[in-house]
Amino acid sequence: MFHFGGASCNNCDIEILDCLTPRYDLERFGILLVGSIRHADVLLVNGSINMRDRDRLIEIYNQAPKPILVVAIGACGCTGGIFAEGNTFAGPVDKIIPVDAYIPGCPPKPEAIIAGLVKLVKSK
Amino acid sequence: MAVNLFYFLVFPGLLFSATVGAFLSWFDRKITARVQFRKGPPLLQPFYDFFKLLLVKETILPKQGSPVIFLLAPIFALFGATTAAVFILLPLFNISSGFRGDLIVIFYLLTIPSFSYVIGSLASGNPLAAVGGSREMKLILSYESTFLLVIAGIILKASQYFDLNSVITIQHHSKPFIESISGIILFIVAIFCIQAKLGLVPFDMAEAETEITEGTFIEYSGAPYALIKLTKYIMLFILPAFLTALLLNGFVLKGAGILWAVLKILGIVLLLTLIRNTNPRLKIKQAVSFFFVWMNLLAVIAIVLAYFGY
Repeated sequence: MFHFGGASCNNCDIEILDCLTPRYDLERFGILLVGSIRHADVLLVNGSINMRDRDRLIEIYNQAPKPILVVAIGACGCTGGIFAEGNTFAGPVDKIIPVDAYIPGCPPKPEAIIAGLVKLVKSK
Repeated sequence: MAVNLFYFLVFPGLLFSATVGAFLSWFDRKITARVQFRKGPPLLQPFYDFFKLLLVKETILPKQGSPVIFLLAPIFALFGATTAAVFILLPLFNISSGFRGDLIVIFYLLTIPSFSYVIGSLASGNPLAAVGGSREMKLILSYESTFLLVIAGIILKASQYFDLNSVITIQHHSKPFIESISGIILFIVAIFCIQAKLGLVPFDMAEAETEITEGTFIEYSGAPYALIKLTKYIMLFILPAFLTALLLNGFVLKGAGILWAVLKILGIVLLLTLIRNTNPRLKIKQAVSFFFVWMNLLAVIAIVLAYFGY
């Protein structure tokens, strides 16, 4: 799992970090946060993607060894949320790279994130 | 020839030590999780990780840098670790008696994985990998002299026999080396050397995932990264096994001795995991002075004590 934070309000970031804490513990399913995109199997994208983020997101996606699963987290990642009409907004994540799972919510609860990731793992 | 290939590929070599090492790696992750009040990964997780990397994931070659050396480095690392495993485990399981001077050979074989990581990281052409590689190099320079002093102390205690088999038999005939003051000091020093050799937390500045994003291994993906994982599993098994042979009486493989052998390995891995979970990462400067000044001093004290028979 590799975490890409777009122009987010930090709320989803905190919920993602919550998943790794003792209370929720994603390592039960063998999921670890890795430091390098080359070691990742899942790319988490949260926050609204603006013009500057878009190139970096595409670059990260191209650097990842395929097959990679992309998970859009939060209202901003899935649809754009309240930023959808903004003039620097570059489109929700699935307009830029293919997305395998959407976890909506503003922010989604850690339980929702875990449920989404486990469903994704089971469906693959 | 066929027997040698069997030794290398199946029994004490690749297959056996990698399987045991994978279970030890699960043990290490599980203990880490329990220390942090988490549940931890499922039992077969290291195997899932390895086969996923080997069979499913794509291998990306760096655009800058040298692809051939980049791909050869993990193979060298695996070769060094496996050969060291054979030379350590054959005398330890009492299959063959090794040869004169195999302690020195094992010492050099055990440095091959670390050197291969440095070569591979420098061949990748990534600046962060270069930082990681230079840190790993400094770390090798600092802990290797200490490790050599530990082995020198053991040789002195084993009445100057240079082979692993005599070290083990001398301990079987009298008492384990750790039941003496110099033995305890050598054990402490050796534990820290192993910690640095495995790149576990106080000494993980070469792969520091938060500051230089996995440093040495940053560019590795797919099958080469699987080989690096395999090397790490093997090292996690053979370094505690080597320490068991040197100081803790080796293995006595009959009756309750088998249980003791397993407990010795698990105990050493538990100690390494607890050190890793209760310490922050050191700076490279601190690690170098830690080994050059303090650990070398302790090792020299232990050698002097051993010379006078304590």
